[in-house]
Amino acid sequence: MAFRRQELTAALVFVAPFLLVYGWMFIWPTIQMVRLSFTNAPLIGAGDWVGFANYTKMWGDRVFHNAIWNTGYFVLLTVIPGTAIALLIALMVARLRGWLQSMVLAFFFLPFILPVTVVYVIWDWLTNVQFGILQAVIEPIMGRSINVWRTLPWFMPGVAIITIWWTNGFSILLFLAGLRNIPRDLYEAAALDGATNWQMFTRITWPLIWPITVLCLTIQLILQLKIFDQVYLFAQGGRTQTTMVMVQYIYESAFVKNQGGYAAAAAVMLFVFVAVISVLQFQLLRARGQR
Amino acid sequence: MSDTEQSRPARRFTIGGALLTLLTILAAVIWFIPIYWAIVTSLRADQATVTEFTLWPSEPTLAGYIFGITNSKLPIWYLNSTITSVVITFVAVFTAASTGYAISQLRFPGRRLLWWIILASFMIPVPALIVNHFVIVANTNMLNTYQGIILPMLLTPVTVIVYKGFFDGLPKEYREAAVMDGASEYQLFYRVFLPMNWGVTTAMAIITFIGAWNSFLWPFLAVQSEEMMTVTVGITAVQDAFGVAYGRVLSGAVMASLPVALAYLLFQRRVTQAIALSAGIKG
Repeated sequence: MAFRRQELTAALVFVAPFLLVYGWMFIWPTIQMVRLSFTNAPLIGAGDWVGFANYTKMWGDRVFHNAIWNTGYFVLLTVIPGTAIALLIALMVARLRGWLQSMVLAFFFLPFILPVTVVYVIWDWLTNVQFGILQAVIEPIMGRSINVWRTLPWFMPGVAIITIWWTNGFSILLFLAGLRNIPRDLYEAAALDGATNWQMFTRITWPLIWPITVLCLTIQLILQLKIFDQVYLFAQGGRTQTTMVMVQYIYESAFVKNQGGYAAAAAVMLFVFVAVISVLQFQLLRARGQR
Repeated sequence: MSDTEQSRPARRFTIGGALLTLLTILAAVIWFIPIYWAIVTSLRADQATVTEFTLWPSEPTLAGYIFGITNSKLPIWYLNSTITSVVITFVAVFTAASTGYAISQLRFPGRRLLWWIILASFMIPVPALIVNHFVIVANTNMLNTYQGIILPMLLTPVTVIVYKGFFDGLPKEYREAAVMDGASEYQLFYRVFLPMNWGVTTAMAIITFIGAWNSFLWPFLAVQSEEMMTVTVGITAVQDAFGVAYGRVLSGAVMASLPVALAYLLFQRRVTQAIALSAGIKG
C-alpha cells in the first residue's frame, strides 16, 4: 500500500504530541514498574536485582492479604448493589417529564461532580459522633451513637454507601440513555396484547437494557478495584492496616516505607488482578447475555 | 414503570402513578440532603454549627467563607487548580482530537498498532503507575511544579477513542472533496473536521476539566509544599488547621466544588453527552 507523502507528514505531526506523552507517562513507567519490581530499590535511587523476592515476601504478608480481602469486599458491596440502585433510579426518573425530570435527575447526579475530598468532608460531618445528623438514624437502631470510621465492621460498608451515593450518577445517566433508545411501539404493542407492567419490564425493558447493565458493571468493577481516595481519607489518623486496600498498599509501601521495588511488585499484582478480573467478567457477562 | 414514551401527553392519571412520582421526588430529596446540610452548616455561625439543627440558619453568615479566604492558602490553591485544570483540558483534548483524527482519516504505517495500544491501555490501572510517575517526576525535578502535576494527568485514551468514533462516522467524501480542492492536511483538520464537532469538543473539554479539578491521588503525591497544592488536596489541609470548626471546613468544601458544580449546572446537556460518549453509547 502506497502512502501519500503529505499525508504521512501530517499524520506524524498529528500523533506526535500524544505519542510523546503516552510513551513518557504510560509505556515507559509501565516497563519501569515491572523492572523495578524485581529489585530492592528505595523509592528514589538504585537497588539490587532480587528476583522474585518481593513477590514471595508479599505473598506471606498479612497486610497484603487484608488489602486483597478488603478490595474484594468493597467491590462486592458497591458494584452489583450500586448498579441495581442506578437502574431502579433510572426507571423512576424515566417516568417523569419536563422540568420535573431535569430537576430530579440533577439531584441524583450532582454528587458525581464533587471532588472526593469534598465528599469526605461532607460525610465526615454527617457521621460525626457528637453532632452528625446521621447519628439520629444510627442511635435509635443501635441504641448508642457510633464512630463509624473507627469501628471496623462499619468502615467498609460506610465507605461503600458513600461511594454509591457519590458515583451512581454516571450509571444512572447511562441507563437513562439506554431506556430512551428502546422503541416506544414495543410497549404499545405489548399494551395492546394486555401485558402487565411487570411483564413489559421482564420481556422488553430488561433484555434490551442488558447491554447497558453489562457496560455499567464492567466500568464499575474496574473503577472500584482501584479504590483508594475514600478509604485513605476516612482512615486518616486511625490504624490503616485493617482497612487497607490494594492501591493504598502500593502507596504505603512506596511513600511511607520508602520501598520502591516492593511497591512496584504490589503495583504489578494490582495490574494482573485488574486485567484477569476484567477479562473474566467480560466473558462471563457476554455468555450470560447470549443465553 | 417501564414506560418510556417521550413526546406523548401525560398518561392517564392513576393513584399508583402519582404515588410513584411522589416516591421518586422523596428519594431525590433524600439523595440531596448531604449536600444541602453541608451548605446550611457552612452558613451557620461558629457556635451554631453544634447547637443549632434547624433547616435554615437563624443568623446566616459568610464568616466561615471569609475566614477560609483570609486565613488559609485557599486563593493560591484556587489559582493552582485553575491553571493546572485549564492546561490539562486544552492539551489533553487537543492531542486526543488530532490523534483520533489521524487514526480515523489518514493512512500511515503503524496506524492499527497505535489503535490497539490505545484500546489495550484501558486495562492498565493508572493508580498502579503512581510509583514510577513519582520517580520520573522526581528525577526531572518536577515535584512541586505545575508540569509535575499536569504531565501524568494528560493520559486520556478514552477521549481519543471518542474522537476516532466521531470521525469514523463521517462520510469519506468530505476528505476526498476537500483534498481535490487543494486544501492542505492542516487546513482540513482545523477548518473542516474540528468545526464539525464543536459539540463533542465542548462536551469532552467540560468533562476533562471536571476530572482534572477533582483528581486527588496524583496532585496529592506530586506536591508537598502548601503553596503548590490544588484546592481538592488543600481543603483536607484546612481541616487539620481548623480543627473541629466544621462551619469553616464546609465553607472551604463548598468553595472547592463551586467551579465544577457551575460547569455542570451550566452545561448539563454537554456533561450528559460526554458521559454517554465516553461509555461508547448513543446519548
